[in-house]
Amino acid sequence: MAEQNQSTDKKMSRRRFIRNSSYVAGGLVGGGLIGGLIGSNLGNKNQDDAGTQGQQHENGAYQQAPLYFTNPEIFAVLVAATERIYPTDDTGPGANDLGAPFFIDHSLAGSWGNNTREYMQGPFYPGSNFQGYQSPLKRHEVFDTGLAALQRISNEKHDANFADLEGEQQDEILTSFQKDEVELKGVTSKTFFNILRQATIEGVYADPAYGGNTNMEGWKMKGFPGHQMSYYDKIESDEFMKIEPNSLHSYTK
Amino acid sequence: MAEKLPKTDVVIVGMGWAGSIIAAELGKEGLKVVGLERGKERGLKDYYVVHDELRYAIRYELMQDLSKETISFRNNMKERALPMRQLGSFLLGEGLGGAGVHWNGHSYRFLPYDFEIKSKTIEKYGDGKIKGLQLQDWGITYDELEPYFGMYEKVAGISGEDSHFGPERSIPYPTPPMKETPLTKKFKEAAKSLGMHPYHMPSANLSEPYENPYGAKLAGCQYCAFCERFGCEYGAKADPTVAVIPFVRETGNVDIRNYANVTEIIHEGGKATGVKFVDVLTKEEFIQPADMVVLTSYVMNNTRLLLQSKIGKPYDPNSGTGVIGKNYCYQILPGSTGFFEDEQFNTFMGAGALGATVDDYNGDNFDHSDLDFIHGGSISFNQSGARPIASNPVPTGTPNWGADFKAQSIKYYTRSLSVSAQGASMPTKNNYMDLDPTYKDAYGLPLLRLTYDFTDQDRNLYNYIGKIGDQIMLEMGANKVNERSNLESYDIVPYQTTHNTGGVIMGAEPETSAVNNYLQMWDAENVFVVGASAFAHNSGYNPTSTVGALSFRAAEGILKYSKEGGLLA
Repeated sequence: MAEQNQSTDKKMSRRRFIRNSSYVAGGLVGGGLIGGLIGSNLGNKNQDDAGTQGQQHENGAYQQAPLYFTNPEIFAVLVAATERIYPTDDTGPGANDLGAPFFIDHSLAGSWGNNTREYMQGPFYPGSNFQGYQSPLKRHEVFDTGLAALQRISNEKHDANFADLEGEQQDEILTSFQKDEVELKGVTSKTFFNILRQATIEGVYADPAYGGNTNMEGWKMKGFPGHQMSYYDKIESDEFMKIEPNSLHSYTK
Repeated sequence: MAEKLPKTDVVIVGMGWAGSIIAAELGKEGLKVVGLERGKERGLKDYYVVHDELRYAIRYELMQDLSKETISFRNNMKERALPMRQLGSFLLGEGLGGAGVHWNGHSYRFLPYDFEIKSKTIEKYGDGKIKGLQLQDWGITYDELEPYFGMYEKVAGISGEDSHFGPERSIPYPTPPMKETPLTKKFKEAAKSLGMHPYHMPSANLSEPYENPYGAKLAGCQYCAFCERFGCEYGAKADPTVAVIPFVRETGNVDIRNYANVTEIIHEGGKATGVKFVDVLTKEEFIQPADMVVLTSYVMNNTRLLLQSKIGKPYDPNSGTGVIGKNYCYQILPGSTGFFEDEQFNTFMGAGALGATVDDYNGDNFDHSDLDFIHGGSISFNQSGARPIASNPVPTGTPNWGADFKAQSIKYYTRSLSVSAQGASMPTKNNYMDLDPTYKDAYGLPLLRLTYDFTDQDRNLYNYIGKIGDQIMLEMGANKVNERSNLESYDIVPYQTTHNTGGVIMGAEPETSAVNNYLQMWDAENVFVVGASAFAHNSGYNPTSTVGALSFRAAEGILKYSKEGGLLA
């Protein structure tokens, strides 16, 4: 039934598109890929109209499984740390509800976690503050080292796992990493913290295809409409616009 | 043992803007050309799923694979250079079309002042003004280069309008300027009320459909906000794979070979005889013999290939003699971010080169008599589309993580604007490139070593121009403008700009320059080296239009050389 609704909606959206399309057609003559894309783009928008978000969420949930981490206690450290970096509050969901830990897990299992497109030949030297990343460790090894250290320091200081600490205690430990006050092997604690921080933000705002930004909630909080084919008819307007976001998934529907 | 291929008239190394234009112009005239490109084939058909910030803008899908090749870097000669292990400060291109696929499209012509900077500065301010700078004239004037700017702009279809300080033009812009938005209007009104002369940014994202002299049909920009670091799925951004390469193929005289990474220029008796390359997929080696060799492989590779092949005299920073690797320049980029409490903007909409600019503080458009620097910069507002991973503006003093960061970055994502300057970069004796003694690429060849740091000229320019930007931002109505951090040492990590220049500079004399004003090497007359590597310094604008103009100039030179031979200038 859902399928039938979808195809009706798609037809409707194409009709609606043709009705409103003078602005786009005005700009387009070259051999772009626009034809196929616009139909599918609005197809997705319509699906939202039809209230099938729940189903999308369910599909997304299949992605929320570990592909890199094997130890639940260490994964819990990641969950707790990312949640402090981007917490749940009045503005909306935090890193954990947005699936950022799974985004990071998946990234560590792939090309990024293994630094495959980066120069990893030795010899290795620490370098100056201006020479960039010089660690011999790959990112997945940086996370192994850094997360284990968060856990160790938490146990040393508070006799409890990192995930079980109060928020303020967690912040204190994270801050000591950011300030480079913790000694790690092969990488500085500051470098680990910076990668963790950046990856958390990526997990919150990258396309949901990557396992985070659940249901595009990160984008919705920020007012970013995701993938839109055109603002040709909107960009001259003085009015601020709230636009329902679209994800990459709409390319393939 | 390398396999020897049949000889060709011309071999071109690198198929970005410069390589494509030269291939088109030579192929059109009937020369047989082989275009070698180390990256993969790509074109409009490959820009399908591009609205993905993570993949393209953060993970650099379209850029150089550093596991195969990078550079090493140090701030000064006393330091040990270490490899640039990850992309950051600049984003090197790779693949058909080069960085021309993922550029923003800002399309300015350099100023007449730029080409004669040394003479004009001394003439007006005296010798003392350029002390400590390794300043040179380019061996060509704006008037001489003007027709070639026109040729490039017609191919790219540039959308623009005349401006107060703009140099003379023999042709109008091929297409009208892009749309005026509430934000470009806001910038222009503020700049005008401060007595400046704003105009719409000249853009290679086209304002309307356009057919170029090569018969390529470009589309009109849709303002979708995925431009720099992305390919354009509409074919609305002038990109070599859309605007030039289809014609290159139509000539029937150009054989483009992908996955061909050139490792050496082979030469004998002061002339090149061809190039050696490795197929990066199969690892087989080939020799491509040719009557003429054209290097169009960006600043870094143009310099490295010459040093590796021992063509031209390497630059020696101790004596200031030699030319290959000399006058590496970058750009000085003060910005002003303003925060607005009562207004909210559609900052997520945009196009790469949608914006407005003032030149009142660029070049020698203002008096430098009492200033402690020369040149200046263009100051622009650019509505290129803010994306959520990269754009988290927060007022100074806000932590960069936690609840406050989250709330502020969400609030100001659509309530902050930036004005940014592109400041010129002047050459000095100690900023240069040579070969690294330690680190090697995937083929066992030495990496290029970059030695670079900012100078007092740079810092003085940065502080002065930055304050002008702040004034504009406040006049635009910002409640608060962020404090700018000081310009300390050059850092290879945060993205600044992919406007690297120099290394194989042009000029009027072989003692101080590597190529003449046809981009022909003084020391090897059948080798032409084209690109921003030829810039004797870097101006206060994006470099691409000037690279395009020099490419047409070089193509004319190569054709002339193929008939007459000898040094052309």
